[in-house]
Amino acid sequence: MATSPEKDPFSGIETTGHEWDGIKELNNPLPRWWLWILYACVVWAVGYWIAMPAWPLISSYTKGVLGHSQRVIIAESIEQAKQAQAQWLTRIEAASVADIRADPELLDFALAGGRSAFAVNCSQCHGRGAAGFKGYPNLNDDAWLWGGTVEQIYFTIKHGIRTQDDPDARWSQMPAFGKDGLLEREQIGAVVEYTLAISGQEHDADRAAQGQAVFVEQCAACHLESGTGNIELGAPNLTDAIWLYGGDRQALTDAVVNARFGVMPAWGLKLDDATVKQLAVYVHALGGGQ
Amino acid sequence: MNLIDLAKTAEMAPIGDEASGTAVGGVETSDAEAVNRKENRPLYQARVKIFPKAVRGRYRTVKWAVMAVTLAIYYLTPWIRWDRGLNAPDQAVLIDFSGQRFYFFFIEIWPQEVYYITGLLILAAFSLFLITALAGRVWCGYTCPQTVWTDLFLLVEGWVEGDRAQRIRLDKAPLSAAKIARRTIKHLIWILIAMATGGAWVFYFGDAPTLLRDLVTLRAEPVAYAAIGVLTFTTYSLGGLMREQVCTYMCPWPRIQGAMTDEDSLIVSYKDDRGEPRQPFRKRQDWSIRKDCIDCNQCVAVCPMGIDIRDGQQLECITCALCIDACDNVMAKIGRPRGLIDYDTLVNHDRRKRGEPARLRLLRPRTVLYAGLILVVGVVMLVSLITRSTLDVNVQHDRNPLYVRLADGSIRNGYTVKILNKDHAPARFRLAVDGLPEAAISIVGREPGVVGDLPVPADGLAGFRVYVAVPSSALTGATLPIDIRVVEQDGRRVANSPSIFRGPER
Repeated sequence: MATSPEKDPFSGIETTGHEWDGIKELNNPLPRWWLWILYACVVWAVGYWIAMPAWPLISSYTKGVLGHSQRVIIAESIEQAKQAQAQWLTRIEAASVADIRADPELLDFALAGGRSAFAVNCSQCHGRGAAGFKGYPNLNDDAWLWGGTVEQIYFTIKHGIRTQDDPDARWSQMPAFGKDGLLEREQIGAVVEYTLAISGQEHDADRAAQGQAVFVEQCAACHLESGTGNIELGAPNLTDAIWLYGGDRQALTDAVVNARFGVMPAWGLKLDDATVKQLAVYVHALGGGQ
Repeated sequence: MNLIDLAKTAEMAPIGDEASGTAVGGVETSDAEAVNRKENRPLYQARVKIFPKAVRGRYRTVKWAVMAVTLAIYYLTPWIRWDRGLNAPDQAVLIDFSGQRFYFFFIEIWPQEVYYITGLLILAAFSLFLITALAGRVWCGYTCPQTVWTDLFLLVEGWVEGDRAQRIRLDKAPLSAAKIARRTIKHLIWILIAMATGGAWVFYFGDAPTLLRDLVTLRAEPVAYAAIGVLTFTTYSLGGLMREQVCTYMCPWPRIQGAMTDEDSLIVSYKDDRGEPRQPFRKRQDWSIRKDCIDCNQCVAVCPMGIDIRDGQQLECITCALCIDACDNVMAKIGRPRGLIDYDTLVNHDRRKRGEPARLRLLRPRTVLYAGLILVVGVVMLVSLITRSTLDVNVQHDRNPLYVRLADGSIRNGYTVKILNKDHAPARFRLAVDGLPEAAISIVGREPGVVGDLPVPADGLAGFRVYVAVPSSALTGATLPIDIRVVEQDGRRVANSPSIFRGPER
């Protein structure tokens, strides 16, 4: 940049010294009204500091004479939303889960409310899309350990599974046949082959035949002689395509040797009844409800 | 004020009376001041008032006509009625924010079809490019709202305060009752026009007759009054007070001109080959020994931008062509042919100098390209508008979970199907899945397999949760392309949307 301002030879106007590809920026004076608009903006800013919340202080901030607060506004709108929801929630409170399903308006509300309650409370274990993980059931399918009617789902959510907190919790326990020495190694291998057979998978037919006797003696009490399970005891159907802990030889052996089961909190103790009902309706509507 | 004028002013700044000091020790001193030193040059440019003179002529007539048409379009459009039947508004042009619809005569646009607006904007942009390539800043000079309203405000100013000479006199006159009265009347009329402008704007956003009644009885929404207030202020300040400052300092368009015009564009220009050197007019003039410009300055007096067209092309020039009218009138009086200032091209300027005949090239690669693009975009929009269906279906495949394995081993996918019924009557639809032979469809809230009688309200949409299951043996790949088809119960309308069916990876 030149030490003294350079003048553009054509227009006689000083340049700013900025140059792009031979094109030089002229230092034309700004219109005066532009300056006045700047002053007006400065005045506006000062007025804004006075009227609106502006400056941070050590433990607070300048509140402004208009008393504007976004925190108050959001609190008010949350309160309004709650009041708007109140009539629905009282109706849901009073209705049975079946009644909710029968009323299209209530159903819409419950599905929306259930979706958000599910995201907050249930998705940690069952996943955002309720597809579950190993050991955490998929709630979209049509296999239900404790029953898939909306009433049964409601009961399960309300009282939980194998939780000490609620005396009405769903409760059952599979023995650890291997670990506790209830079955011999040979017997376990045989009953696993039998389970593979009834679920339509590849198996050793001879050993499966041996396993059938073991199954009838040890497993049929809960899983029934047919192996189709018992929702009263939370005993899974062993003939279908759904496996909570995996259905191959390795996973089944593991299950018979060690026995596995999950725990779910009694949500009736943590959430209000309207929310539990909405959750039940939502889960039932995920596609597998009976 | 253009660059050259500015430079001249700076050079010719008055030196002031020079007082010579007494010679001390034979050395002469002076209190002469370097008026042009950096500190003395103004940092901010004071506005120089412009008092454009009224002029008659062919371009002025065209401008009056354009003003009448554009203002009529602006003020009257919301009042045109258009019968759309029972469940729709009967206003021809309506932007319905609460109903999320845009009505334009026979066209009705939903928010997701806003690409029609994009198409319209593309058309507008290319039209602007084309007309600018052909004839310079026609938009600026004739149809830009800033120009139209400034012209209107200048007309009022002329009625109230008189023509240029009287206005200059009034401006210089000391404050008096008469001056205050004239100024007040002018500003009052301006504000009334500005209010009418802001008032007309809101009618595009609501039923005009109802809104007018509500506005008058003070029952309209506060936002309507706020919009009118803001537009009243901007119309009054931009059209009445700011005028040429808007074009010179605020608008980006003058800066873009350079890329839009070329040496074949018709631009308002002074034919210096015919006019220079300029000389004052004398009676019994021998035109064979002098050129045509008599330096009467009429072209400068009528210019609303305060420039001298004889300095050449300038960014301030909005090509309103009023200087052409002014010059033509003078040429008629002194008996010379019209067109000393005229729409002219740089090419012809040079050709005349070389003694070649004038040539006008309207067909140039650039204009052909612009016209072609306008045609393509216009045809595409027209075809898509004409073939546009009043039925649309949007399908969203569940992403979490992608698929669900059912107890019997079959695979189920979930979809959210939204049916858009743009008809003004409610309709019922049947759903089908193409490309998946063994599909079992069930719609939430209905018995499995019942896929008909899906109600969609008039001019609205309805969403349905749809589950599709197939035996895993029927799955030929991890992802199968399918089509979800929606058929109106009476078979009148059909729409389909492609989607996928997901199964486990193999």
